[in-house]
Amino acid sequence: MTYLIQGDRGDWEVVIGLEIHGQVVSKAKLFSGAATAFGADPNCQVSLVDAAMPGMLPVINEHCVEQAVRTGLGLKAEINLFSVFERKNYFYADLPQGYQISQYQHPIVGEGTVVLDMPDGSTREIGIERLHMEQDAGKSLHDQDPRRSFIDLNRTGVCLMEIVTKPDIRSPEEAGLFLRKLRSIMRYLGTCDGNMEEGSMRCDINVSVRSVGETELRTRAEVKNLNSVRFVMQAIEYEASRQVEAHDAGEEVVQETRLFDSARGTTRPMRAKEFAHDYRYFPDPDLLPLQLDQAFVDRIKAALPELPDDKKARFIREFGLSPYDAGVLVASRRVAEYFEAVAEGRDPKTAANWVITNLFGALNAKGLDISESPVSAAALGKLIDLIGKGTLSGRMAKEVFDAMLESGQDPEAIVAERGLEQISDSGAIEGIVDGLIADNPTQVEQYRAGNQKVIGWFVGQIMKATQGKANPQMVNKLLREKLGE
Amino acid sequence: MAALTDLTLAEAAAGLAAGDFTSIELTDASLAAMEAGRALNAFITETPELARARAAESDARRGRGETRGPLDGVPVAIKDLFCTEGVLTTAGSHILDGFTPTYESTVSQNLRNAGAVMIGKTNLDEFAMGSSNATSYYGPVINPWRADDGKDRVPGGSSGGSASSVAARICFGATGTDTGGSIRQPGSFCGIVGMKPTYGRCSRWGIVAFASSLDQAGPMTRTVRDAALMLQGMAGHDPKDSTSTPVDLPDFAAALTGDIRGMKIGIPKEYRLDGMPEEIEALWRQGVEWLEAAGAETREVSLPHTKYALPTYYIIAPAEASSNLARYDGVRYGLRVPGDSLDEMYENTRGAGFGAEVRRRVLIGTYVLSAGYYDAYYIKAQRVRSLIARDFDRAFEEVDALLTPTAPSAAFALGEKMDDPIAMYLNDVFTVPSSLAGLPAISVPAGLSREGLPLGLQIITPAFDEERVFRVGEVLETASSFDTRLRGA
Amino acid sequence: MALDSNTVKKIAFLARIKVPDSDLGGLANELNNIIGWVEQLGEVNTEGVEPMTSVAEMSLYKRADEVTDGAYPERVLANAPEPEKGFYTVPKVVE
Repeated sequence: MTYLIQGDRGDWEVVIGLEIHGQVVSKAKLFSGAATAFGADPNCQVSLVDAAMPGMLPVINEHCVEQAVRTGLGLKAEINLFSVFERKNYFYADLPQGYQISQYQHPIVGEGTVVLDMPDGSTREIGIERLHMEQDAGKSLHDQDPRRSFIDLNRTGVCLMEIVTKPDIRSPEEAGLFLRKLRSIMRYLGTCDGNMEEGSMRCDINVSVRSVGETELRTRAEVKNLNSVRFVMQAIEYEASRQVEAHDAGEEVVQETRLFDSARGTTRPMRAKEFAHDYRYFPDPDLLPLQLDQAFVDRIKAALPELPDDKKARFIREFGLSPYDAGVLVASRRVAEYFEAVAEGRDPKTAANWVITNLFGALNAKGLDISESPVSAAALGKLIDLIGKGTLSGRMAKEVFDAMLESGQDPEAIVAERGLEQISDSGAIEGIVDGLIADNPTQVEQYRAGNQKVIGWFVGQIMKATQGKANPQMVNKLLREKLGE
Repeated sequence: MAALTDLTLAEAAAGLAAGDFTSIELTDASLAAMEAGRALNAFITETPELARARAAESDARRGRGETRGPLDGVPVAIKDLFCTEGVLTTAGSHILDGFTPTYESTVSQNLRNAGAVMIGKTNLDEFAMGSSNATSYYGPVINPWRADDGKDRVPGGSSGGSASSVAARICFGATGTDTGGSIRQPGSFCGIVGMKPTYGRCSRWGIVAFASSLDQAGPMTRTVRDAALMLQGMAGHDPKDSTSTPVDLPDFAAALTGDIRGMKIGIPKEYRLDGMPEEIEALWRQGVEWLEAAGAETREVSLPHTKYALPTYYIIAPAEASSNLARYDGVRYGLRVPGDSLDEMYENTRGAGFGAEVRRRVLIGTYVLSAGYYDAYYIKAQRVRSLIARDFDRAFEEVDALLTPTAPSAAFALGEKMDDPIAMYLNDVFTVPSSLAGLPAISVPAGLSREGLPLGLQIITPAFDEERVFRVGEVLETASSFDTRLRGA
Repeated sequence: MALDSNTVKKIAFLARIKVPDSDLGGLANELNNIIGWVEQLGEVNTEGVEPMTSVAEMSLYKRADEVTDGAYPERVLANAPEPEKGFYTVPKVVE
């Protein structure tokens, strides 16, 4: 399981810490009343505060504070009742104030933990160092004009949470699992949609390597602004082997910021700046320290949803699901809710089987999210009921399910429309069986002479006569009774 | 009848209410005085059309029997640090070239809502950094008071244009802002009342920021009563400013009872500086006598960290300013000087756009916040600031108010102290400590120097006790019977 | 400690203010004087004293999460030196 890189003189392990920027789900920005929605026309979601007009002042959005606390609680972290917004000063085209309001010495959330479910069924704990709130910057467009960059401030001032892990991660795979788990937790909480393609979650990685057995950390490199889990894993792999090669060759690994080239899967140093940054952090005098009372935190805690780890344990305990199935079902809150709605009053294992095997298979093939599923949980539940009642055979149920996927109709409607109801009326089947026996003495003889296989021929004939609607168990039972006479 | 412009704000309000004259008449008188006083260079932008329109609205309101209180129809001037909708706002700086806000600062909006008539935007030290109004990109302002030697005097700063225009009777009141003394020191130099409220009393929203933890707007008028009336129209909680305090606004003018019997007034011994001019000391002693004669008890108190207030201020204010002024980068408004790269454009714009004093303070502020120096300078200064505030807290356990001089000298000649920043900074030695502690204070004109220039005395009280500031201030005003008419005028 | 011309140059770049080389020496002297003067704070015993964060003794006002502002690009761009197609513009940034 351990991820090791073979060097010239022995094995190396990789030490990884992540910094994740997650966009907080809120209607308005952290310090202004402008909207946060994605994809508006340039500078149409910009207030005078966001544009840093002279004399404009920040006023904090309470919901953003709640979201940060909620996320902290979801990470089983310490909530700091006293935190301070500071200014991080630097000049950049997409930073109108000339500083970013962030938290530095006193973040709102302290140390916490995320549990990873490893593929072999074991778990790994990854420490969270801190979580703090800060403003997002605007966007620069470089391809609109040969000599100028264009600046859109729509994102300026949107609330971000920066989550920093301890250097506890030891492989690209763990980094991937961590990001998926963190995203799952934040989605459960409704604090960040985790959509890396739209940039609402971005990741910086800090990577160093050391010989197996070493306890000190070696110099690390930072790779900034990775926008997919796959890129994070690729960048770690590349960095780890690059650094091992460098150490083996006796070259120095320098502490630096690197950029990931997604086309090549490699990293390269950022263009060296003339002078190093000096952010000159100091408490923002336009804001007071953020002081929360315990009751505020307790209210948020009391209203927290059940999180994936607890839900998984409950699915195993109450529903008797395997850890693997439970893990699959809790990965997304919507899936878990869907599953629970299907399982309500039904056999949970049958429900899990339908959701995981049939529904996920179909949604994956169509590239749909659970929220876009044409089959509602209630409809899938009814389908399972129809099987239970004997109205549908397993095979017919699959046919109905396919029709539900296409049309979004209720299973009962499809059954009625297509006349798919299984014939479980023993009288009707008996009549057909009797007729077959009477008309086919040769086959009857063969059976009675000991050729059991011929029963399949009889079943086929009955299904043909009923367009497959005869209840197969009943057909089998009647045939054996009658032929055995 | 005397000229309309000779009236106090309270008298003008009474005359409007009585129908003795209209707001248009009053406004035309002010506009004429503004034109006649152009040599003072007190205004960066004159807004006569706007003024007449607002005066006409006020008269129409009054005609319908509606009135918005004592400021309705009264001409005032607005320091050009307040953003005003549709009216050029410069902060006295080249870097805000052509900047016309699409919004109105809360304080100037409050005054508009109260019916006040803005006649123009007054000159100031660039970004309010200065004590002489000599750092303005729009040139120095002249103090309307004449000294015996006939040399032009500075009006003080940074609210020099506001002080000069009120003293010259161009308007009935003007807004100022005070970061370390920028209302009180020019008030003292120009022989008018300058009042800095408690930090948090007036909203900072829409005021070009200098040092956010210190900046506070306040009134500049010819009488204490006028200051009380004007502050009433400026102040109030503003949810757009996180540092605006949500407290009720008392009726400031109602506090002017003239009764200070039994009040305990502290005389801070550390304000007795080595080498302080005898005339300042004498005036201060005179102030003590006046207050005692009115029935107050005076006693010496100690504010032991007074001497560290200026150095503390000159770390904190530049540090905040260096960050507050980062937004002037040539991208979204104001001056832009082209450059081949983004950094070059920034450097060219800010190199050309900021004057020497602003550049000096931004560099000092950048330095004291930079890696390796932050703890030694900025954090140290904030610790000393705590001690300075604690000094006041302890003094106010013993006394109700403090009496001090406002400034260590009368107005100096134009061009003096320009090559010695620290000598210039010392102008604010008596005003900076209360700014650091966020306390309300007033400068009341109390006498004349040997050269015939005005000198002010300062009253400081605990936070949000502006009523006491006004009450004691008015007692001083009455006792001194200072004549605000310019000598020779 | 003394600020030399080189330090002033670095600070000026941090503050993005172009200072002509000919001004650096004089500016270094001025800044040195001021820094030397403020260093008298070293005399003050501040052991155990908390740095002041704000003179306003109150809790931070928090607004509700409602969209109440923005949606006025014309006001945002009204004073821009070189707006283009609804954007602010700057000299091309090479990343």
